[in-house]
Amino acid sequence: MMVRNRPLPYFLVSLFLLIAVLLSIAIGSVFIPLGDMWNLLVGVFTGKAPAGLQTSALILWEIRLPRTVLVLLTGAALSGSGAAYQGLFRNPLADPYLIGVASGAGLGAVLAMSVQWPNSLLGFMTVPAAAFIGALLTVFVVYALARVGKTVPTTNLILAGVAFSSFATALTTFLMLSSTGELRRAIAWILGGASQAGWSPVLTILPYLAIGLGILVLSGHALNLLQFGEDQAQQLGLSVTRIRTLLLMAASLATAAAVAFSGTIGFVGLIVPHVMRLWFGADYRRLLPLSIIGGAGTLLLADVFARTILSPQELPVGIVTALAGAPFFLWVLRRAKNQGYW
Amino acid sequence: MLKIENLSVSYGSRQVLKGISLEVNSGEVVALIGPNGAGKSTLVRSVSGIVPVQGGTVRTNGDNLLALPAMQRARFLAVVPQVATMPPAYSVWETVLMGRTPYLNFLGQASARDETIARNSLAKVDALELAERRVGELSGGEQQRVLLARALTQSTPILLLDEPTVHLDLQHQVSLMETVQALAHAENLAVLIALHDLNLAARYADRVALLVDGVIKAAGTPRQVLTPEVISAAYHLEVKVVPHPFADVPLVLPGKQER
Repeated sequence: MMVRNRPLPYFLVSLFLLIAVLLSIAIGSVFIPLGDMWNLLVGVFTGKAPAGLQTSALILWEIRLPRTVLVLLTGAALSGSGAAYQGLFRNPLADPYLIGVASGAGLGAVLAMSVQWPNSLLGFMTVPAAAFIGALLTVFVVYALARVGKTVPTTNLILAGVAFSSFATALTTFLMLSSTGELRRAIAWILGGASQAGWSPVLTILPYLAIGLGILVLSGHALNLLQFGEDQAQQLGLSVTRIRTLLLMAASLATAAAVAFSGTIGFVGLIVPHVMRLWFGADYRRLLPLSIIGGAGTLLLADVFARTILSPQELPVGIVTALAGAPFFLWVLRRAKNQGYW
Repeated sequence: MLKIENLSVSYGSRQVLKGISLEVNSGEVVALIGPNGAGKSTLVRSVSGIVPVQGGTVRTNGDNLLALPAMQRARFLAVVPQVATMPPAYSVWETVLMGRTPYLNFLGQASARDETIARNSLAKVDALELAERRVGELSGGEQQRVLLARALTQSTPILLLDEPTVHLDLQHQVSLMETVQALAHAENLAVLIALHDLNLAARYADRVALLVDGVIKAAGTPRQVLTPEVISAAYHLEVKVVPHPFADVPLVLPGKQER
């Protein structure tokens, strides 16, 4: 009767992502024009750099491309998990950063680094794993603190999130300042945005994201049912406790992977799912993939800004997202209060 | 049919349902009446598997529904909740189609047949024209019809309704009850409906069960249960029962509160 899953939203959001990717590759200390980019990319995959463009080829392959992919994946993870948290908590203001999960993951990551600086790929893998544990613990603590009966009121959620987040951030800072040597580099890592070069962060983050976001993308129907409350979802045939736990773990896994390599970046997980919901509707089967694609594009644009505003100096991308995101957050807060449109 | 046997539920140390036994035959509407706090909602919630039970069974043709996983139980038993949590952003069509969940895979992909069933359900509650609207734009009466359509879309032999008329005006109360009664009789559904309003129960239910303090105090036809003695005792109220001017059922009129 009615046509759902129209392709237009996917097309628009993918186009946005494509533009963001091209901008992110092109713009930097050395500008790479679109025409060169194509030749270079072909060159990369055929193994011979075009004559006269060796430097550009190096920049593209060693710096620009890995960074672009890492930022893309980070944005996808934060936005996808933001959409999932909003659905799970049935609260429009849930965001990996605002509810403290990102800070919890950061604490886990720094704890892992304080034990052993990851210099091998295996050591590299322990950082996201520790971040995942930190994120999961945070979710359960914040949820337990914030919940009243079966609902999670906005104020409680934000207060519990902010309190826990401050605590985790303070501990993280303490750990970093009290240490010497290698761990100091973690400051740049955790707070500084995606500024490490090379492909190893990308390769490490991929399996975590594939699992976390994969589960979320497939869970749109379950999240739709959960919007009616646990009772109705169960009466409609959903095994609520099991699915909730699975989704919390998947969203936390995605958040943890993002935080472990890009630091705590706020508000992407809030803004993007919101805009997608306003434009393309509340159906989580569409909302999750659209948020993931849109989040990737949005964080790429924010990263381009972060790289260029104070060029040659680089801003942490989290500052750009906070500058744009905090006013948006206040607007959503007002809107949610006035209309209860959720 | 729905056969509840010896069902007991406790919240902490407080026993809310004390060994409830109740049968609802196919094609029959049974109204569950009783004072506030008697356990009506708890009965609906425990029969539908939301509240854990301390003992007892809920059967239909031998299967103990309480022992089944949520998805299989939802193929036998659908619930129309009080209008409370309806996420306003979904369309009526999306909401009603969610009734097919027990038959869908995890992705929730509905087939053409699922859509036909959902469309028929909307038609049965006279809400086809609402399909494209968002739930948040609907009136209370329309929302209640949508919830009923969603429950019908589950294609279950048993239908539970938890005080569905509580937010409705007089006209919508009558319209909803007439629809439920007609569906039960026409589609051979076993319908258990928790109701506050004794006169709606008298008029639209085939049988009435009176729940007081977690115990079924009386069960039978409206004429058998709705007597001045039984109702006075249950509600601590002076009542008069007179013949209904429009139907061959009793009409309960409250008098003074008993001290």
